[in-house]
Amino acid sequence: MKYILMMNGTKANFAEYAKWSKKDMEANVAFMRSFSKQLKDEGVFVATEGLGWPDQAKLVRAGKDGAPITDGVFPESKEFLAGYWIVDVDNPEQAYKIAARVSGAPGPGGVPGNMPIEVRQVLGSHSDLGL
Amino acid sequence: MTAQPLELPIEHMLRELTPQVLGLVVRRFRDFAAAEDAVQEASFAAAMQWPREGLPENPRAWLTQVAYRRMADHIRSESARRRRENEAAIEMGQLAPPVEAARESDQDDTLILLFMCCHPALTPASAIALTLRAVGGLTTAEIAHAFLVPEATMAQRISRAKQSIKDSGIPFEMPTSEERVQRLRAVLHVLYLIFNEGYTSSSGRDLRRADLSKEAMRLTWIVHQVQPDDTEVAGLLALMLLTDARRLARTSAAGELIPLAQQERALWDRQQIAEGVALLSTTLPKGSVGPYQLQAAISAVHDEASRAEDTDWPQILALYELLRRMSDNPIVALNHAIATAMVHGATKGLELLDALKDDARVAEHHRLDAVRAHLLELAGDLEAAVRHYRAAAAKTANWPERNYLLSQAARLSG
Repeated sequence: MKYILMMNGTKANFAEYAKWSKKDMEANVAFMRSFSKQLKDEGVFVATEGLGWPDQAKLVRAGKDGAPITDGVFPESKEFLAGYWIVDVDNPEQAYKIAARVSGAPGPGGVPGNMPIEVRQVLGSHSDLGL
Repeated sequence: MTAQPLELPIEHMLRELTPQVLGLVVRRFRDFAAAEDAVQEASFAAAMQWPREGLPENPRAWLTQVAYRRMADHIRSESARRRRENEAAIEMGQLAPPVEAARESDQDDTLILLFMCCHPALTPASAIALTLRAVGGLTTAEIAHAFLVPEATMAQRISRAKQSIKDSGIPFEMPTSEERVQRLRAVLHVLYLIFNEGYTSSSGRDLRRADLSKEAMRLTWIVHQVQPDDTEVAGLLALMLLTDARRLARTSAAGELIPLAQQERALWDRQQIAEGVALLSTTLPKGSVGPYQLQAAISAVHDEASRAEDTDWPQILALYELLRRMSDNPIVALNHAIATAMVHGATKGLELLDALKDDARVAEHHRLDAVRAHLLELAGDLEAAVRHYRAAAAKTANWPERNYLLSQAARLSG
């Protein structure tokens, strides 16, 4: 079963991150790289992407003629997706364990950030016949 | 282009020969992980070469020879690191002709390979992948495609599975007779899971996954050939035949799920049903009845009704009662509740569901809500039925199933 692990943050979180020291940033990047490699080595990796920061994010709706109407004013409290991983695992508990690992990515001073990771199951066509 | 028509038979032949050749190579070199790689490479070489140059006189000997050579290369490069102690052994391995005398043990070898690939130390996902590759002869890319994961991920999963087998030190031999029953159950479970992967993938974009069901049936058939007297092997094969017979009727052209009661029964594969029933009829009198046989028997009762309303529900209920006594499986309990409702009325079925509310394994399962919705609908409580159809839709992780449940809710709420 596949799960998506989403790391979200508010604009304030992103702005904080931008102020990290070079050393802290490097430690974080190194952690993320090695995390993705571990997922591959463990045979559970499906996909991962990091997203551009929310400053340039736009909300788009179709206008009457189908032309895009864009809006970029978001409330401060809104959470933005920073990046995600999709993993293929045997059970939800395994997905939670993986999420906890990445949640513990080092923050300022090398202290685990304990960022909240949203875990959702990816729809598939698999269903147990039940024996 | 003239080679084109040959492709299919060659592919089939290669997949049939895979476990035989692998058995020979493992026996000779005693290294399952490396042997499996060698056979896969030999098979790849054959797939490239045979269509162009024609079939060798003895395809199996050809494959074995190439796999032996790969093994020799492997050992040589290994031993180059650990100096050259094994040179003599390699030469023997390489020069010895493929052992045709071993042919009668092919079937045993296939079974031993299955025991290894379905070892309880492996996770289901690893066991499935390894079984499909080492015994089914599928390529890593094909398996990755079927499970919709990157090829590198699947390769890693297989290689980790092989490492676990290596670490566990399981010898390449038949398990003892006490162990054997247990291990065979593990094999059957993995084959069942493979079948299930293919069977429940219904929509067009997953069509290729349907091949997994065929592959599971082929492998189960092989096990049945080796263990013709094992009633549960026959039971599982019958269950697969009888379930798969309904494949075409199970989904609409648009990929929507169609429940059993509304399926176009003319689309059921009558021949396959007859095969399943025949298999079951020769098996049941042999004595010990297990869960797979009972499931198959239930499937057969459904398959034998020419209209949904002709279904012999009392017989199905009796079979579910036997099954419940045999396994403490909440999904079986759910199905038992449906059968009860069909025989004794929806209220009786709903009472049984109430007892499942506290079962942690199924309390949050979408199927509990789905069955409750169905029975509430039968009981005429449409409002509650809609609520539970929607609750089930919110819980399922299966796309066609969610659409089905939502459309049931929509139908009732007008």
